[in-house]
Amino acid sequence: MSTAYKTVTDIAGPLMIVEGVEGVSYDELCEIELTNGKKRLGKVLEAREGMAVVQMFEDAQGATTEGTKVRFLNRAFEIGVSEDILGRVFSGSGRPIDGGPNIVPEKKLDINGAPINPYSREYPDDFIQTGISTIDTLNTLVRGQKLPIFSGAGLPHNQIAAQIARQARVLTDEEIATGVEAKEGKTEKADEKFAVVFAAMGVTFAEAQYFQQELEKTGALSRAVMFINTADNPVVERIATPRLALTVAEYLAYEKDYHVTVILTDMTNYCEALREVSAARKEVPGRRGYPGYLYTDLATLYERAGRIRGRNGSITQIPILSMPEDDVTHPIPDLTGYITEGQILLDRGLHQKGIFPPIIPMGSLSRLKPKAQGKGKTREDHSNMDAQLTAAYARGVEVRELAVILGESSLNDTDKAFLKFSERFEKEFIQQGETENRSIFKSLEIGWNLLTELPREELKRVKDEYVDKYMKKIDNG
Amino acid sequence: MSNPTIIKVAGPLVVAKGMRQAKMYEVCRVSKDNLIGEVIELHGDTASIQVYEETSGVGPGEPVELTGTTLSVDLGPGLLETFYDGIQRPLKLIEQEAKSPYITRGINVPGLDRKRKWDFKATAKVGDTVGEGDVLGTVQETTLIEHRVMVPPGLKGTVKEIKSGNFNIEEVVAVIKSDPEVRSPNPEVLITMLQKWPIRIPRPTGKKLMPSEPLATGMRVLDMLFPIARGGAAAIPGPFGAGKTVTQQSLAKFCAAQVIVYIGCGERGNEMTEVLKEFPELEDPNTGEPLMKRTVLIANTSNMPVAAREASVYTGITIAEYYRDMGYDVALMADSTSRWAEAMREMSGRLEEMPGEEGYPAYLGSRTAGFYERAGAAECLGSDDRKGSLSVIGAVSPPGGDFSEPVTQNTLRVTKVFWALDAKLTYKRHFPSINWLQSYSLYTNMLGGYYSKEVAEDFSSNRVRASEILQEESKLEEIVRLVGTDSLSPKEQLTMEVAKMIREDFLFQNAFDRIDAYTSLKKQYRMMRAILTFMDSALNVIEQEDFDFSKVQKLPVKEDIVKMSFLPEEGMEAKFDEIEDKIHSQMNGLKESGSGVSKAAEKVEAPATA
Repeated sequence: MSTAYKTVTDIAGPLMIVEGVEGVSYDELCEIELTNGKKRLGKVLEAREGMAVVQMFEDAQGATTEGTKVRFLNRAFEIGVSEDILGRVFSGSGRPIDGGPNIVPEKKLDINGAPINPYSREYPDDFIQTGISTIDTLNTLVRGQKLPIFSGAGLPHNQIAAQIARQARVLTDEEIATGVEAKEGKTEKADEKFAVVFAAMGVTFAEAQYFQQELEKTGALSRAVMFINTADNPVVERIATPRLALTVAEYLAYEKDYHVTVILTDMTNYCEALREVSAARKEVPGRRGYPGYLYTDLATLYERAGRIRGRNGSITQIPILSMPEDDVTHPIPDLTGYITEGQILLDRGLHQKGIFPPIIPMGSLSRLKPKAQGKGKTREDHSNMDAQLTAAYARGVEVRELAVILGESSLNDTDKAFLKFSERFEKEFIQQGETENRSIFKSLEIGWNLLTELPREELKRVKDEYVDKYMKKIDNG
Repeated sequence: MSNPTIIKVAGPLVVAKGMRQAKMYEVCRVSKDNLIGEVIELHGDTASIQVYEETSGVGPGEPVELTGTTLSVDLGPGLLETFYDGIQRPLKLIEQEAKSPYITRGINVPGLDRKRKWDFKATAKVGDTVGEGDVLGTVQETTLIEHRVMVPPGLKGTVKEIKSGNFNIEEVVAVIKSDPEVRSPNPEVLITMLQKWPIRIPRPTGKKLMPSEPLATGMRVLDMLFPIARGGAAAIPGPFGAGKTVTQQSLAKFCAAQVIVYIGCGERGNEMTEVLKEFPELEDPNTGEPLMKRTVLIANTSNMPVAAREASVYTGITIAEYYRDMGYDVALMADSTSRWAEAMREMSGRLEEMPGEEGYPAYLGSRTAGFYERAGAAECLGSDDRKGSLSVIGAVSPPGGDFSEPVTQNTLRVTKVFWALDAKLTYKRHFPSINWLQSYSLYTNMLGGYYSKEVAEDFSSNRVRASEILQEESKLEEIVRLVGTDSLSPKEQLTMEVAKMIREDFLFQNAFDRIDAYTSLKKQYRMMRAILTFMDSALNVIEQEDFDFSKVQKLPVKEDIVKMSFLPEEGMEAKFDEIEDKIHSQMNGLKESGSGVSKAAEKVEAPATA
């Protein structure tokens, strides 16, 4: 065991300076024993000759410069993992809080992970059916993707994330071949294992409970791992929380062949914790006081999603972030959008109209969708339908704005058709119940039905043969 | 003097003492893990080192070893088809060495395969007098590219020995007796196929030339409205989701350069995987060979160490320059230069330098300019009058899509082409989502001569007209928004109609359709001419009194115009002649039918709308 230093000279916010140290390395984990005997974890942010800057992961309350002992552990922050971890609940710093025993680790993993070699990645192209029309049809989620939900205060992002976690599944080969939804009980693809890893950072107790209950309802809790740091838990602990979650996810996905869905909420709280540490270190701030390395830091989390060649599992990430003032140009959503493979954007206007889920097609995007739509993945007309619905809705919204200025009577017939289309689109396509699980085939059918509102010659984004094949079916029926 | 040892570690920045012998930008090996680093600041006995690998676990007291060389890349056959990280380590070898899908630390792999044998064909003869840049021999590097082994810069003399045959890149293929005038430490220089060049120093060329030929990209909005020249520099700024990467990848696939260097700088891992998966399968439209045969890929994804991200653009451009020196047209795509700037900012912050705008270092402008200035068309070194060009296309990711931020502004100051991406267009599913009102190209005048000679006399004047129509449309749109379409004169309505054609039938391009994805300059010219022919012949018709404009909108030939973009390149001339004939005859039909009918039609409709 290494020596304990009693040479703490400064404590400022989450930072502590320890002098007279020897053999300390950057990023090393340390244990801090307070005068009252409580132990805290910390890591080395800066290692100098005879001095170390330590960032505590937990509350600094009660810490004193005199009497506090710091022990350097000669290893990075690690978490012990084994398959028994499924079904367990941990604190934001990785201690069990469900009353269960400690995990007997199969191995210990550094929570910082290592960058995946881009050469070793497998390109994600498997369609995930979430049962939500706007996601499946227009912003297709792909296995191994990182697709955040951009939300705002008071918007139902938690319900959407929980709905995805409950309903997400892949299509069976038969469904892809026939284009018909499988009967209940036959929707599971054989020999595939699923898990949900959930990390809560600075959320309220009620929110954390909500997720736990939602997962419990469907029996998914037994294959879930939860890391919970609520709003009253230490702020700096949040820096470790998502890393713990992703390390567990990587273990389950790449070593135990699970298809893991990781939900990270709320990334805004994470970034604020980062800003707090940065400010305490008196670093030169970037935009809005966030540190200049925010992009790099976020990337080390988000890029841990994906698939690896030769491994069966995958990590699909759904980070949730609330945009201050619904401002998509705020540094957090902005930098996130540059790293993630698209975003699901929630819209207050739709929400106020009572539409659930308030996912707006303009501004939402899934970058990986081209390869996961169409024949062999979903249905041949999928990408055409996607382009047509989005384009038509965008035009409908434009017409609606025009109608406000000029009055509806001044619109020509085509514009009126688009206006009607956009109204129905919101009510019939976007709108769906919180427990309604629509198959992709059902969503496409609704799409074709809506397109009958528009003049035939305006359907420029769909191939004629698909119109004949799928729209006719609806006319007859 | 004490051995160099670490005294401070903070992220990618390491400070060491005992470094009096260190030179600026010298490469060193840091800690017992042998991490690669580069000296970036010297203070007496101490030096600041930026480390290209993760520094977790490194502490004060560990050793630093100086290597005596500055950060350089290996140049020689074998660069093409390889997938590198930011400091020219082949990612495939890293995987083999690490025996893991993760990039672990301290891996030391060469940029070029030292064992592979190449078939070297000597072209110079014993006794030839050669100077820097002269071709000594060639190697067929891929089916597309003949690699030219050149006399390294700064060397002059006579060939003493040269031999053809199978060699690896470290074996001597020629011996040059250096000229007594050139002061050289060794009278005889051994030439191998492997050469090294420091990445931060531009490779020398002969006379720089003004760009005079377009770099055809097959993308209509670019080639027709905002062309880039061979040897030009272009910037693509746009908010996330506006299509920067899709545009960059399309350019890498279809642009008419002979060698492509594609740098994924601080971007997504999956995007590079996609390129890697697609390029070997896709055919080069100009040669029919797999695209990978002409491509060098460099990836330093966002989660890979930040200092190597800073180096990756220099690694890329040095490789690009090397192929330019062989006399090729090279295009370099850097996606995204904002991440490069951010890497500089991060290092600058850790060095506690005085920040400039938005925390970026004060030298952001000069570094950006220095990078883009390495683009250009030039006479290559060497006596055979080879000409080469290096075109640079940099993506910029402005925070919040705000073009007034420092990276965008500094980039625009040095690039002559600006392709503004527009998120609104992507919402409407208009691709490529390049805004035709904001974008510009300053090369159009320099390229005018080429167009009149190689494509058509009126190519440039058609461009001007098309731009005018689009400008006019945006003005008219405002009027329509306020008072409706009815208030427009027939001529204005025609402008709106033609602008719509230009937007939807010309500028809109489907990157996923085999034919539509790439359009030759000649076909682009004919497409635009057809649309303008439609306009000209309509002008005669709509002047008639009480003319019902919807008749023009309903002409059957419009259907042909919609489908123009899908006409195969082969035999397209005849098809376009046909379309133009149809336009004339159908317009003439409208003229003859007179205006009486339209009045009657209006009367019938009137009660219904009232």
